[in-house]
Amino acid sequence: MTYVADVLALTRKDLRVELRGRDTLPAMLLFVLSTLVVFHFAIPDDAGDNAAYGLLWVAIVFTALLGLARAWVPEQEHGVLDGLVLAPCDRSAIWLGKTLATLVFLLAAQAVALPAFVLFFEPLDATAIAGVLLADIGICAVGSLLSAMAAASRARELLLPLLVLPLSIPLIVGGVGAAVSADGERFLLFLVLYDAVFAVLSWASFEYVVTE
Amino acid sequence: MGLALVLALIVVAEDQDQGVSQRIFYIHVPIALTAYFCFGLGAWKALLLLWRGEERYDLESYVAIHQGTIFGALTLVTGSIWAKASWGHWWLWSEDQLVLFLVLFLFYCAYFMLRFSLEEGARRARSSAVYALFGVVLIPVSFLAIRLAENLIHPTVFTRDGPQMSGSMFATFCVAWAAVTLLAYVLYRVELAGKRLDADLRELREALQ
Amino acid sequence: MIRGRGVEKRYGRKRVLRGIDISVPRGGFVVVTGPNGCGKTTLLRLLAGLALPTRGDLLVDADRSRIGYLAHEPLVYRELTAVENLDLYGRLYRIPERRERIGMLLERFSLWDARAERVATYSRGMTQRLALCRALLHEPDLLVLDEPYSALDEDGAALLDRELEVLAGQQTVVVATHDPERVAVLESSRLALA
Repeated sequence: MTYVADVLALTRKDLRVELRGRDTLPAMLLFVLSTLVVFHFAIPDDAGDNAAYGLLWVAIVFTALLGLARAWVPEQEHGVLDGLVLAPCDRSAIWLGKTLATLVFLLAAQAVALPAFVLFFEPLDATAIAGVLLADIGICAVGSLLSAMAAASRARELLLPLLVLPLSIPLIVGGVGAAVSADGERFLLFLVLYDAVFAVLSWASFEYVVTE
Repeated sequence: MGLALVLALIVVAEDQDQGVSQRIFYIHVPIALTAYFCFGLGAWKALLLLWRGEERYDLESYVAIHQGTIFGALTLVTGSIWAKASWGHWWLWSEDQLVLFLVLFLFYCAYFMLRFSLEEGARRARSSAVYALFGVVLIPVSFLAIRLAENLIHPTVFTRDGPQMSGSMFATFCVAWAAVTLLAYVLYRVELAGKRLDADLRELREALQ
Repeated sequence: MIRGRGVEKRYGRKRVLRGIDISVPRGGFVVVTGPNGCGKTTLLRLLAGLALPTRGDLLVDADRSRIGYLAHEPLVYRELTAVENLDLYGRLYRIPERRERIGMLLERFSLWDARAERVATYSRGMTQRLALCRALLHEPDLLVLDEPYSALDEDGAALLDRELEVLAGQQTVVVATHDPERVAVLESSRLALA
């Protein structure tokens, strides 16, 4: 079970780095709240209740992008990523550790954002929240990998949203559907499918992204 | 080869005696199918690159995806024309194929952004390959999502007017499909050869220095 | 230990390493010299296993757990302390009696007093010494050092001298340096990159 131990050590490290630096999580929190407020002014009065759910998902995706853009920054300083790649642990453990840490940050931001959403806009039932959780997994899994790809590039802040947005469209469909549709379970099932497929793909291909 | 191509296209044009919407359909669907095929080929070459590690697969994957994106753009254009001719709108969110291609087009455009912003080398080749694999997995997943979203966002007002193809129509369709596939193949070979030539020239220049 | 023939590394059009032959027996001490940009770092990265050659054969008879690499960059987290950094690597390298080993290395490289400070507060020399600790943490059979003296002050350099004296003969060492005279005594062979 050294694989699990490796992953946990890496996740713990990420949480510790964030706790010391304290820059990503507050930014995500502030961003998501600001976005929700902006939405209030952006939605016309007669848009209908469901429009708010769509905007919630836009807010979630962009908040996740904020977190993902910073995900590999600690590894870029002092070239640490090479150090991790050199270690005898499985490279996919590096990905999993980072994904779990990013997920924790996203969930933390949502712990504030979702109640705020309910306060400002519309209620959220269990299916909607389950949709949020499942989509979080998907976006962190795929985003972690894409962020590592973008980190090596000259234009990483520009590149990451371009890479993540097309892949997040199915997640938005799933999430909004879970919140809005009467047949929410179908959308949840779809999200589970997305998560399973793309998480496995990301897990397996991370090795190739960080080695030459 | 070029001659056969031109002939094939002319035959297709002559065979069609229906209205514009049907004519476009004969081109639109083969182009869409060819785009899918190119993306699939790109992903296959990408897999080979990661598995076998030979450099040439990177170029082959890139060219295949490049072709696929071009054909994807054409799919969107011809699809839009078809929508206008059939139902009077330039764009229809209820048309699964169109929406799917829009998503894929965005995805593969990002592929080129990725390539342009990474330095040449093994790192770029591998990241591109992984991304190409994601693309091919995205196709069915997106399709499912769009299906699900349809009922959510726009109730299906226009039922798909899929032409029930009689014998001669089917024959025309096959000719068109063959013609487009041939075109794609030719373009693929030409571009690949051109890029290989570029690379060889560069190597020669290097060796002479 | 290391055997390479016609090793080439290309990044797209740029050929960084051209047809290098290298042969290092177990316990050897190789000094790699050459001007900036001649590919020393690239060669060392290949030896450490961070990259694969684009052409040629390279055989390194040690897996990741037996190789220690000192790069240009220190490869340590700025926001973590020395102990936290080494503890993480210690876990990843599965070192038995991690705490003792970390303590011993920190003492040996005069970092014991600063062990609970964040790396961000360290001087360049201290960071480099920590990087050395990181490279030596798992007692590697093969040590690949990329210009280890460049960031060290006099005291740090003296510590490294002492360390290399102990290691030479027991482990296989490959050092890239601008100052080959410093390790001339320990040197068993030299590789000069044009």
